[in-house]
Amino acid sequence: MIVEASNLNLYYGSFQGLKNINLSIKENLITGIIGPSGCGKSTLLRVFNRMNDLIRGVKITGGVLIDGEDIHSPMCDLILLRKKVGMVFQRPNAFPLSIFDNIAYGPRIWSITDKKTLRDIVERSLTAVDLFDVLKNRLKESALSLSAEKQQRLCIARLLAVEPEILLMDEPCSSLDPIATGKIEELMLELKRKYTIIIVTHNMQQAARIADEVGFMLLGELIEFNSTKKIFTNPSDKRTFDYISGRFG
Amino acid sequence: MKDKIAEKLLLVIAFSAIGSLLLITFFIFQQGIPLIFKIGLGNFFSMHWSPTRGQFGILSMIIGSLMVTVGALVVGIPFGLACAIYLAEFSSKMVQKTLKPIIELLAGIPSVVYGFIGIVILVPFIRTHFGGPGFSVLASSIILGIMILPTIVSISYDSLIAVPNTYREGSYALGATKWQTVVKLLIPAARSGIVASIILGMGRAIGETMAVIMVAGNALKIPHSILDSVRTLTSTIALELGYATGDHRAALFACGAFLFIIITILNIIAIRVTGRRE
Ligand SMILES: Nc1ncnc2c1ncn2[C@@H]1O[C@H](COP(=O)(O)OP(=O)(O)OP(=O)(O)O)[C@@H](O)[C@H]1O
Ligand SMILES: [Mg+2]
Repeated sequence: MIVEASNLNLYYGSFQGLKNINLSIKENLITGIIGPSGCGKSTLLRVFNRMNDLIRGVKITGGVLIDGEDIHSPMCDLILLRKKVGMVFQRPNAFPLSIFDNIAYGPRIWSITDKKTLRDIVERSLTAVDLFDVLKNRLKESALSLSAEKQQRLCIARLLAVEPEILLMDEPCSSLDPIATGKIEELMLELKRKYTIIIVTHNMQQAARIADEVGFMLLGELIEFNSTKKIFTNPSDKRTFDYISGRFG
Repeated sequence: MKDKIAEKLLLVIAFSAIGSLLLITFFIFQQGIPLIFKIGLGNFFSMHWSPTRGQFGILSMIIGSLMVTVGALVVGIPFGLACAIYLAEFSSKMVQKTLKPIIELLAGIPSVVYGFIGIVILVPFIRTHFGGPGFSVLASSIILGIMILPTIVSISYDSLIAVPNTYREGSYALGATKWQTVVKLLIPAARSGIVASIILGMGRAIGETMAVIMVAGNALKIPHSILDSVRTLTSTIALELGYATGDHRAALFACGAFLFIIITILNIIAIRVTGRRE
């Protein structure tokens, strides 16, 4: 188990966003989180790299272990945690810097300044997302000149450059067209050999296509967590069945 | 019908505003330029300004303007940027809501007040602690540096605030600290606005007259240190126009035309820089 949450509750002020979540996520699998809008998928994902720290008035109870370490303990180094647990956002957020500087951003933060090392990292990261051959002569151009799909790939490459273990992806394909989505999905299947991926998606077909295990959330609760096959063919909770058969959400 | 009249009226007002600007510009150039041709560009940009002997060289004043402007930027940029960054990224909403209007209010204080504070506090302070007459490049730079703060702070602040939050999140998610995010991401992302704020501040510093006259000493020579007295282009115009006649008067208009060109160039650069953002 690389990620384990036990009795996890999260409050936005007086509103409870997550209710008593228990789940275990296995290494080198793709775990999908599905559920209707506003059920707390993003909130849950943002617990794992403590992005909720940035929001005022958030209170969290219960434990989250990553690699056996309690991420909310005062001993946990937030910066190291975020290096280990990377995040891809819903809308590609390539920085308004050159393609090279985007990828080198993380390594530079981690005090890598040697030009040759940086070049190697950029090459390796872009290769991992199949962008290197396309972009190798354009590294000095602004990242914002790329298409949305390439920007999202670039954001993934930017993460890989800091050598994370876990990739959190919050609806990474929702701003992409079907063809681009297919390409990013292929990429995820490839990345899962080296990384653990947790992906939030609105799109049940997507979860069915790429996830090994799926969690279904509703109103802040994790209703069911099971293998993808089980969830989509024989869910054990009636509410899961209703959702995947399109009754609501 | 009423709308039509209002529209026409506004059109007339707008055109008369633009028209009077054009008229002023035309007047300045028409008064000044012939003199430059009469004495030659070489003489106009020479060292010797001695109207009674018919010498109208503005080089020492250009150097004076340049020195106080650079000095103002040396004072204004670090404080202005630090202030903008603090307000935009490190302070609470409350602090932002109170401090920003106060800083913008600084822009509305008449420049004679700045000059007065300079004479009463700054000039004696420099004289006793650093030596020299006190009326100096240093005093002018500090006063001008403070006067351009509102320009630098508010435009830089606006451009930092305009950087989308998704960039900040992306940076934090890579493990960057707040400070790293500011230095490596937000400042580059807001660069065009920051550069524009500096250029506009520079324009303000070059054009400022009253406060500078009061603290600069206005001696007609090239300063050898920042404690020496200095005279700028604008000071010269303001000090001498009252009694100047003939060629002397034309030479002052030529100074004005020269300033006009410099400031127009700065403004065009500022507009170009901000326009390129998209
Ligand atoms: N910063 C916040 N302050 C207060 N409430 C919030 C905040 N962020 C989210 N919420 C609430 O928490 C609940 C869960 O939000 P969350 O963004 O996690 O949902 P989601 O499942 O990701 O939805 P979507 O599919 O629309 O992205 C929602 O009811 C939302 O209104
Ligand atoms: Mg969401």
